Order: sequence, then C-alpha cells, then structure tokens
Amino acid sequence: MREFIENFVQPHFNYWAYVIIMMIGLWALIAKRNLIKKLIGMSIFQTAIILFYVSLGVKDGATIPIAPHHVAGDHADAHDSEHAESHDDHKAHPKPVADDYSNPLPHVLMLTAIVVGVATLGVALAVSQSLFKDFGTLEEDEILEQIKSGDYYD
Amino acid sequence: MIEHFNIIILVLMIITAIISLQVKDLLSASMIFGIYSFLICLLWAEMGAVDVAFTEAAVGAGVSAVFLIATVYNTKRRSSD
Repeated sequence: MREFIENFVQPHFNYWAYVIIMMIGLWALIAKRNLIKKLIGMSIFQTAIILFYVSLGVKDGATIPIAPHHVAGDHADAHDSEHAESHDDHKAHPKPVADDYSNPLPHVLMLTAIVVGVATLGVALAVSQSLFKDFGTLEEDEILEQIKSGDYYD
Repeated sequence: MIEHFNIIILVLMIITAIISLQVKDLLSASMIFGIYSFLICLLWAEMGAVDVAFTEAAVGAGVSAVFLIATVYNTKRRSSD
C-alpha cells in the first residue's frame, strides 16, 4: 500500500485530484436541486478539465515559458563581421533549450476555455434569474411540479 | 518542497469544493467558490502557467463571484440542499 502511494499516487497527484474534483462537479450537476448549486458544480467541473490540460504541460525542473532577454542569435547578426566576438557571445548566452521551459501550448488553449466558461456561467445565471421571475423559486423539483400542474401561465 | 505545496493546495481545493456545494446559504457558497478560484490560481502560478493564473484571478475569481453574488441578491438566499 505504501509502495503504491509512493510510486503511483504521489508523483501523479495532479491527475488524482483532477479526477476527484471532476466527479465532485458531476455529482453537483446531477444530485443538487438548487440551480445556483448546479452552476457552481458546472464551474468546478470546468476548472477540473483545465487542471488536467495544464498538468500535461508541466516538466520537472522547468520554469515559466518566457525567453530570457539575451538569447543567442540576437547579437550574432549584428556582429557578423567580427567572427571572434560573435563566437564569444554564443558561449556566454547559450541557445535556450525546450526542456527548461514548461509547454505553453496547453496554457494558451485553456486561456480560451476560462473565458468561455465565464461566459456560459453568466448566461446560465441570467436564465435562472428569469426563471425565478416566472416561478418564484430556484429549486428544480418545485419548478417541475409547477410545470406539471400547468399553473405557470398566470 | 514545491511538490508539498502542490499537494496542500490540491487537498484544500477538494475541501473548499465540497464545502461550497454543501453549505445551505447561497451567499456563503459564492464566497467559498471565490476562495476555490483563488486557490486554483495559486496552483497555476506554481505550475508555471502565469498567463492562466492571472486570467483566472481576474475572470474566474473576480467576475464569476460578482455574477453569483448579483444573482443571489436578485433571487433567494436560502437553498434547500
């Protein structure tokens, strides 16, 4: 059991937490009766998916994906005539290696997902406010009861 | 060291997610959801995704919490579950 935790759970704890948080959100979407609670559950579900994608871009010992100011190639063209000096520049500022930076592609994709998530949350909250105006309640079972009994056309 | 930080934040996130879904007062639920968003923002800054982190802090924690509080203000504050 201890070996299982040390080898399997601890190094991949992001993925375990992703599954747990995603299932918490799904449970709220299915089991909660209040519409606002359902929407909070939907947001938690979305953040779980974003957590999965950002975890894919993480590397061991990597830093944030911003290139340093003096990268190789900047000075090489400027000092093309002075071969000796440009060679020294290469030694002083080695070319950036991709392994030193975390992968920025999932970050950029998930940036869009966050904004879309807030837009869907705003529209859903507006719809639930309009439902509250019509039915006087935000509980799903009471709304369904009123629709079944047919007295919502007042 | 940074791995322990990671695990602490993830455990706190699971706890705040469950609390915000279980509490009966919807205003408290919105505020605890804001705490959840700031925790996930910390997690992304720690994982090296700084652009996602500040978008989440501005849009996820700020605007979502304001939307939820405005809806609770316009409707009922108590929830049955």
